[in-house]
Amino acid sequence: MSIKNHITASCAISKGAVYKNGEPVFANPDADLTGFLLSVYQYLTLNYVRFYKMDNLSKLGWLASEILLKDSFHAEKYRPEETGILLTNSNSSLDTDLKYVQTIRDIPSPSVFVYTLPNIMIGEICIRNHFKGETALFVFERFDALFMEQYVNNLMNNGILQACICGWVELLENKYKAVLFLVEKKANEQTNIFTAQNMIKLFQIENI
Amino acid sequence: MQDIFIISDNITSPIGLTTAENFASLTKNVSGVTLHNDLNLSDQPFYASLFDHAHEFISNHNTFTRFEQLLIASITGALKNSGIDCADNKTVLIISSTKGNISLLETNEFDPALKKRIAMHTSAKMVADYFGFSNQPLVVSSACISGLLGIITGKRLIQSGLYENVVIAGADIISKFILSGFESFQAISPEPCKPFDTNRKGINLGEGAGTVILSSQKKHAKGIQLMGVAVGNDANHISAPSRTGEELGFVIKTALRNSAFTAADIDLISAHGTATLYNDEMEAKAITTAGLQSVPANSLKGYYGHTLGAAGLIESIISIKSLKENLVLPTMGFEQMGLESPIHINNTLAHIPLQNCLKTASGFGGCNAAIIFSKK
Repeated sequence: MSIKNHITASCAISKGAVYKNGEPVFANPDADLTGFLLSVYQYLTLNYVRFYKMDNLSKLGWLASEILLKDSFHAEKYRPEETGILLTNSNSSLDTDLKYVQTIRDIPSPSVFVYTLPNIMIGEICIRNHFKGETALFVFERFDALFMEQYVNNLMNNGILQACICGWVELLENKYKAVLFLVEKKANEQTNIFTAQNMIKLFQIENI
Repeated sequence: MQDIFIISDNITSPIGLTTAENFASLTKNVSGVTLHNDLNLSDQPFYASLFDHAHEFISNHNTFTRFEQLLIASITGALKNSGIDCADNKTVLIISSTKGNISLLETNEFDPALKKRIAMHTSAKMVADYFGFSNQPLVVSSACISGLLGIITGKRLIQSGLYENVVIAGADIISKFILSGFESFQAISPEPCKPFDTNRKGINLGEGAGTVILSSQKKHAKGIQLMGVAVGNDANHISAPSRTGEELGFVIKTALRNSAFTAADIDLISAHGTATLYNDEMEAKAITTAGLQSVPANSLKGYYGHTLGAAGLIESIISIKSLKENLVLPTMGFEQMGLESPIHINNTLAHIPLQNCLKTASGFGGCNAAIIFSKK
């Protein structure tokens, strides 16, 4: 495929640290998961009450999308249907599935049950940003950058999307990792060409 | 853009183990939905379309869960006489499911072994290995549009030039996990479901699997073609559909445009029609927005219940069979129009010349999908 798309922003959250475009922007390594997610929310100085209702997977994916898009995404450039979201992970919504199973023994909780689908975090990001384009959630054993490159390029180069948020959002018990990429057609000063290789580089950021 | 054809399919459900058996049951007004008293699933009696506990999907199934056995049975049926070589490097398997092996959580201690066993990529790999697929399988899990999204993903993969043949199989097994969740939402109907009816009271759940095989090979060009597809999001609510239906309407219009069709080209709509108050109203508004309110539409939920990750596949396969047979199926459970914006709900078995069919689905997370099939 000869048409090149660009990673115009990236965000990684892993091991108590947050990175934007490859640079560390926030760290709270000693907090437990709940405390860490809350501290990232507070770092963003937002007032978004839906955040408190979300399960941990949605919180993680939603926070990563907030950091990804902040100062980097210009919503006025696109119609709502032109921005889409393609996310992948390994354990689907298992973190919340385990919590829901506990509620069945007592009183099944509809507010927990609704988060037992991994694509709900995509819905949360769409609600926040009024994104109405193509969305999908794929389950992979590990992050498959080559699949992501091929799949997103196809959507971008055939006029299905003009902008795409894609990546990996995985959370189970106390282990978590989110890496999101904003893919657009035009380069900017932060640009990396949208390739599997560049995604892998940003994906491994916490090891640097 | 390459043309893509549906070259083979299978439905494995409580009302038939092949597409032909299923279609025959539907034309005879046979439903799988019955009253169940099963304390392993619910404290109260409930209506659902379930396989008999004793039903064996495949022989020698020791290593496979019921979910995987159901997938294998359906894929086996679709591969038969299809000429598809699973080991070919231009062929790939896609699995669609909402909850996969989730029932294992109800009966087993959670540990690293269970974590691996329950993962959907584990099931997909085991099923792919059973058939000898050489490529890594994909797993699509996007709530109730998973089945349609599997077909759409298959189309995207073929058109990006990566593959020539895609086998898409979707299944879900009804467990206490799933049933109790829908009960907690008060979404389960206390009687057989009544899609689009004024007295509709919610859904029935159902078990089943559907498999379709897509191919870009020209030798299949006289058959059913996969035309325009579209996916979108309501960006409104995680568990309630849009009040206006505008977003599903947009997705339907995009699928029409991508087929180079207008509303007048559509002869049949296979709706999602879950029989919840809000879904059916939203869908009717979307169908009206797209200018399709006078096209005969049906919902198959009265026969199958809501088969979750399989629904989009099972209902697509029945639509394709309808196109081939020029036969529109009735909407079991529908008696009296219960929509603010009425659409043409078909409630008789009708012989009509059919060329093009629209299939829609919507799900939790605000997702919507539409696919158009065409008879060549």
